Amino acid sequence: MNAKKATAAAESLDHSATDVRAPIAWKFPIIFGVLAVLALLFFGLLAAAGKRTTFAFASSGDFFAIPEVTVPTKLTGIVLGVVLLALAAYATFEAANRRRIPAWVMVSFGIVFVLSFLNWAGGDTGRIPITALLAGSLALSVPLIFGSMCGLVGERSGIINIAIEGQLLAGAFLAAVVASLFSSPYAGLIAAPVAGALVAVVLTFFAVRYWVDQIIIGVVLNVLVIGVTSFLFSTVLTANAEKWNSRQQLPNLPIPLLSDIPVLGKVLFNQNILVYLMYITVILLQIFVFRSRWGLRMRAIGEHPKAADTVGINVNLNRVANTIFAGAIAGLGGAFFTIGSGLAFGKEMSAGQGYIALAAMILGKWNPVGALAAALLFGFSKNLGNTLSAIGTPVPSELLLMLPYIVTILAVAGFVGRVRPPAAEGKPYSTQ
Amino acid sequence: MTDQPTAAATGTDTATGPSGPKSPATPDGPGSGGSSGGSGNGGSTAAGGPDSTQGTIIRRILSSSTMVSVLSVVIALILGGVLIAAANREVQATLGYFFARPTDFFVTVFRTVSEAYLALFRGAFIDWQASSFVRAVRPLTETMVNATPLILAGLGIALAFRSGLFNIGAQGQLILGAILGGYFGYAIGLPPVIHFLFALLMGAVAGACWGGIAGFLKARTGANEVIVTIMLNMIAGYLLAYLLKQSWFKQTTSANPATRNIDESAFLPQLLPDPFRLHFGFIVALLAVLFVWWLLERSTLGFEFRAVGENPNAARTAGISVGRVTLLVMVTAGALSGLAGASLILGTEAKLTGGIAGTLGFDAITVALLGRSRPLGTLLAGLLFGAFRAGGYLMQSQTGTPIDIVLVVQSVIVLLIAAPPLVRTIFRLPAPLAKETR
Repeated sequence: MNAKKATAAAESLDHSATDVRAPIAWKFPIIFGVLAVLALLFFGLLAAAGKRTTFAFASSGDFFAIPEVTVPTKLTGIVLGVVLLALAAYATFEAANRRRIPAWVMVSFGIVFVLSFLNWAGGDTGRIPITALLAGSLALSVPLIFGSMCGLVGERSGIINIAIEGQLLAGAFLAAVVASLFSSPYAGLIAAPVAGALVAVVLTFFAVRYWVDQIIIGVVLNVLVIGVTSFLFSTVLTANAEKWNSRQQLPNLPIPLLSDIPVLGKVLFNQNILVYLMYITVILLQIFVFRSRWGLRMRAIGEHPKAADTVGINVNLNRVANTIFAGAIAGLGGAFFTIGSGLAFGKEMSAGQGYIALAAMILGKWNPVGALAAALLFGFSKNLGNTLSAIGTPVPSELLLMLPYIVTILAVAGFVGRVRPPAAEGKPYSTQ
Repeated sequence: MTDQPTAAATGTDTATGPSGPKSPATPDGPGSGGSSGGSGNGGSTAAGGPDSTQGTIIRRILSSSTMVSVLSVVIALILGGVLIAAANREVQATLGYFFARPTDFFVTVFRTVSEAYLALFRGAFIDWQASSFVRAVRPLTETMVNATPLILAGLGIALAFRSGLFNIGAQGQLILGAILGGYFGYAIGLPPVIHFLFALLMGAVAGACWGGIAGFLKARTGANEVIVTIMLNMIAGYLLAYLLKQSWFKQTTSANPATRNIDESAFLPQLLPDPFRLHFGFIVALLAVLFVWWLLERSTLGFEFRAVGENPNAARTAGISVGRVTLLVMVTAGALSGLAGASLILGTEAKLTGGIAGTLGFDAITVALLGRSRPLGTLLAGLLFGAFRAGGYLMQSQTGTPIDIVLVVQSVIVLLIAAPPLVRTIFRLPAPLAKETR
């Protein structure tokens, strides 16, 4: 409606000879078009003929067993490519009329593109395990999501937290050790946030009290946590692994009814308590950051601490409290590496996930749901890389694993929409 | 939820405010020129009040930043000692009957910690227990060998720090340097001297390009260099993993993810006969220290670098192109880190493997921080951390203390050095007389 009015208004002003309407946003139509043509060409027309791809949905113990779907690779590739072209055309049509491209178009474009890629990649070996692919993606994403929530709360309050990596590792370590000592994974679940919060205490101690550059402390804290956990692992934990580092796993708690949904229900609602905690954290943060007094204050001290101070918000106290709370969230995420996946603690087992969480937060524009989506994307592309290399497709998994990082760089550089960090992040605040 | 009433919020302000140290508000970040802070501000002592006339030499020494550095190392070693003792089984055993015979506990702690640190020292400087003279002095050269990549990469980070940029990407630049330096070390044939020089150069170019990406994006789009360089690190790691699976790159039939050895002519010349591993790379590192010092302190370009680092807005007003400086800084920093990677493979490793860079890129950050982003400081810090690495291996093999303790000591040192007021509070040192002039 609005767009029509705007067009009509513009026509009435036509005699002024200048076009006052907003410029057409060609970016998405162009990206979609290029991707669609590439998909049609490489995954469809150029795919080898006579091969078949099987999409497997079943996993053991399903209530409803969905039969496998086998399709001819080339024909499916062409069909999917045409669908992509149609979606791109629709997006172009919408953009040309100065309308926003609907979200469903973007989502379905993404899904169809991935499907056409999977179809092509599975053509050589034949079998794509869909359920395992999705479940693995979620598992890889959980620490990322917790980590990005931690970074988000910290940065929204004005404290840059590069130490997410260290907090994840500390959480993983303490969760494993405490769970092993008490022979109960739930004891580890309580200990993990404490570890993350402790790292955050050190972070804020140096950042708020001594004004040390927050990026420096973050980087150094990561090294410190790696050093301490690796040292203790090589000495105490390996000396008596039975006592200190035995494997404990949080049991899966299937949610009745929901977990019986085929494919998705199995993936989303037959998980351990950590994953449900993750859902709750994201939902609560999305509400509280934007709809509560706590969230308003948090955003105020992150954007304009002086103004916040003027209306009586204790900037530094709030920053410290929020960052420590955020550290506890990251600690929970770390627990997923050990008790969440039933593994014993291993040296440097967080393996750079904290940095990816940081990237997910930025890609999600400091927004809980956005960060969730970005983290899921990262988890999916990582798992896709692992799965494809496991089933032996021609795609080099390393190049696929690079993708999230390249996307993040493009995002930070402003190619995928402008991202803007909180204005006062990284700047110490004092009333003097 | 931290929902305290607004009225109380202002009241608690002093509770979180700095109470211990006298001058908490001395942000001593990189590029702020911290080392000139404590000592020798003769001109401004008069402003310090009547008390300042007693600014004796002792007081100056106590309040100097060198003192802070030394004490930071001491605290870090003590903390490391606590960890070593705590993880030791004999110590744990004596703790069991601590109240019966407490001396046992202290003697064991002292023995355990001193054994570990003595082994560290023997492995890093002079091994007086060695059987021959050559073996006795070899640790010192090992320290230099280990320090070489740390110094080079540390210089790259220090240079960026001084120009106001956080180059977290030394790891990636180092990997790229190792990739290209190594590749030209075995893939092409060249006359002896030219070969290793060319391979070194290619390593530097690769690092410069990798750093240049971050610089370019920062200059053109304002993309945060911290994020971009972290991402580039990850990409470099995967790129290396990818290349190590390609037979055209590895040039060997072995299935291992490692390339073939570099040519004899591409090896960096050894500075000492055989049992020693000290190579030409150390000379390169020393030359690089000299070059960076000249660049920052004596050249026009370096002046522009520092001007942008101190205040980009003022620099822009003065007619300096901030974007150009950003790009050049990252290119130079990347080249230095690339040299580090190339010297690693051409000097000691001989072939490219997945773990060639280890955590060098991140260790180099701590080196630059400890060196307070000055060329000479970076050299000394690089030697210190090189000594930790070299000694750490002997400590691990002789006393069973894992080398990871070195990481703990290193990071604690850097944490403390970044917060001089904290160290001063711990030791009740006087604060610097004059307010730090920046």
